[in-house]
Amino acid sequence: MTVHVMTGNDAAATAAKLARVQVVAAYPITPQSPVVENLSKWVEQGELPAEFVAVESEHSALTVCIGASTVGARAFTATSANGLAYMTEQVWWAAGARLPIVMCVANRAMAAPWNVLNDQQDSMSVRDAGWVQLYCRDNQEILDTTVQAFRIAERLNVPVMVCYDGFLLSHTMMPVDVPDAEVADAFLPPRTAPLQVVDVNNPRNVGPVTLADPRADADGTLQPGYMEFRAMHHGALLEALEVVPDVDRAWETATGRGWGGLVCEYLLDDAEIVLVAAGSLVTQLTLVAEALRAEGVRAGVLGIRCYRPFPVAALRERLAGRALALVFDKALSYGYQGPIAEDLKAALYAAPDAPAVYGAICGLGGRDVSPGQLAAATRAALGDLAAGVTDRAPVWINLAEGSMR
Amino acid sequence: MTCVTELPTTEHLLSGNRACAGCGIGIGLRAITKALDGRMVLVNPASCLTVLGGMYPLASLDIPWINVAFPSTAAAAAGVRAGLRAMGREGEMTVLAMAGDGGTADIGIQALSGAAERDDDFIYVCYDNEAYMNTGTQRSGSTPHGAKTTTTWTGKRENPKDVLAIMEAHRIGYVASTSAAFPTDVYDKMVTARDRRGLRYLHMNTPCPSGWSFDPKDSVRLGKLAVETGLVVLFEIADGVFRLTGRSAALAKSGKPRTPVAEYLASQGRFRGMSEADVAEVQAWIDERWGRYVARNAGD
Repeated sequence: MTVHVMTGNDAAATAAKLARVQVVAAYPITPQSPVVENLSKWVEQGELPAEFVAVESEHSALTVCIGASTVGARAFTATSANGLAYMTEQVWWAAGARLPIVMCVANRAMAAPWNVLNDQQDSMSVRDAGWVQLYCRDNQEILDTTVQAFRIAERLNVPVMVCYDGFLLSHTMMPVDVPDAEVADAFLPPRTAPLQVVDVNNPRNVGPVTLADPRADADGTLQPGYMEFRAMHHGALLEALEVVPDVDRAWETATGRGWGGLVCEYLLDDAEIVLVAAGSLVTQLTLVAEALRAEGVRAGVLGIRCYRPFPVAALRERLAGRALALVFDKALSYGYQGPIAEDLKAALYAAPDAPAVYGAICGLGGRDVSPGQLAAATRAALGDLAAGVTDRAPVWINLAEGSMR
Repeated sequence: MTCVTELPTTEHLLSGNRACAGCGIGIGLRAITKALDGRMVLVNPASCLTVLGGMYPLASLDIPWINVAFPSTAAAAAGVRAGLRAMGREGEMTVLAMAGDGGTADIGIQALSGAAERDDDFIYVCYDNEAYMNTGTQRSGSTPHGAKTTTTWTGKRENPKDVLAIMEAHRIGYVASTSAAFPTDVYDKMVTARDRRGLRYLHMNTPCPSGWSFDPKDSVRLGKLAVETGLVVLFEIADGVFRLTGRSAALAKSGKPRTPVAEYLASQGRFRGMSEADVAEVQAWIDERWGRYVARNAGD
């Protein structure tokens, strides 16, 4: 293990190298580009024995991974924002085809208008596509989670998206412990045989038209219909609720570092007010909780590390008996509310001892979010709570007066 | 040139497949799979070919087959190739991408251009039935002038996109034009392609009884007639050298007049009611292109 000072993008690329990826395909987009620049350099210099395919679009980047993964190779790509949107067809394909591809998403705001800075609208917009989605708080977690992602993906035959905030993490230097290759190799052995069979001696038609209902094969045995395949896929995502923490614990055994599995927490045990978010905002919220505690407010933090599958049981258990969960979303379902707030409310519905849930929208398009603003928003929420408000429309933090007309 | 009696007898396209009666794709694919002796993986987007392949859990070919998204054929084949190479399996099989004209000339051309620029190591076959036949005969970039489709009710106004010229402009090692009506021409070109490396592109005309509106028994006759008129020209460009092949080479050598395209157009419902001016325009387009091909022909 060696400590290097590196950006989040470097941490992601280093993780892919530690994972001994066999095929990398990528297309440049800010703020992800340095991930694949690094990998391209390592492949060219012979440091990484992999195929690097410099494709002409993000759609093709994920497609190359789909082709490579179908024949059994370990495949990796990375993207952001409009790149992710452009490959959305293949985001669904990779999941439906049950391919254990790992993709890093350096979270960036969606155009229009153009904006290259951070929020989480891009990855949140594909939350329903059937990938495991993990959000990282700092560069060490990016490295550790990206290696873990391959083990999760290959165990479940589902793709995993490792999300980290653009610029805030992607371009910020931090000390990162890089495990020795032997440690990574022991943790992540070569990929075992894929679900898909591509063999001239055992010819199969992979991913053909599949009817709604089960249908008999040539031997008369009933095989699954489309809906059965979708249920199996859903089952794999639900199984991830066990596998994600298992893999995190195995990593902790191997390296001494665990990240909480599905959720992470800070000062939570006796907290009445729980601040909820995903990504680097969780790190910021630890400062907010400390500041509020200095004022006598029993505040704590619950970070969503695994956003899909949504860790309903863990959230219910950790939030039972609290007075308020205040969710900070860096994304929005337009005309409704922030996606994490929306999901948390649904998760807590009819749960015993559930807290009130308020939402707040912040940091869109890289709008700076300071601990002071987050603390002020929390104090205002406490005021609403004291006034008996059980639900309210999401508030927008640091928004110019009169913008929402 | 291989004689039809010399073709391998092993069949990889099985009987009872879901192709329409008279479909040109089946004829062409039969020759293609024979040329590769089944040692191949077929990469195929949404298209008529998907239907021909059968519905889960049954399949009508005894070759590995990977279904992929509509715009993604060439990139998926590149990924399959990269994956096989990364795993030391590249000697096991030829990677064959096969898409329709819409999947090639229109929605798939970006990925195809990228693969050609990188000279990725696989064979790409566009089977050209000259419209979106699988979705019900909508016009594509490869639909000929005058053809009625369900999105050109009075006949298409534009000439088809010259995908062969686009592929040649990428300077890949092998570009060929063939027709399913001449299975031995398909077979020979596929054998040539099989033994080369890098991206190899074949454009195969495949008559479509339902989309072109003719009797299924006439598929081969019409495919041959298209070649007699020069609307479809059999040729190959190997390392930049252009050579007419088969019936097209014989036509050029004979110096005799080609069959007027009007005869071909009159044989299909899709061209019914074309004005004389439109027919003349198609004839002029064919004649101009034929002249250029003959001028370039390095064959004897």
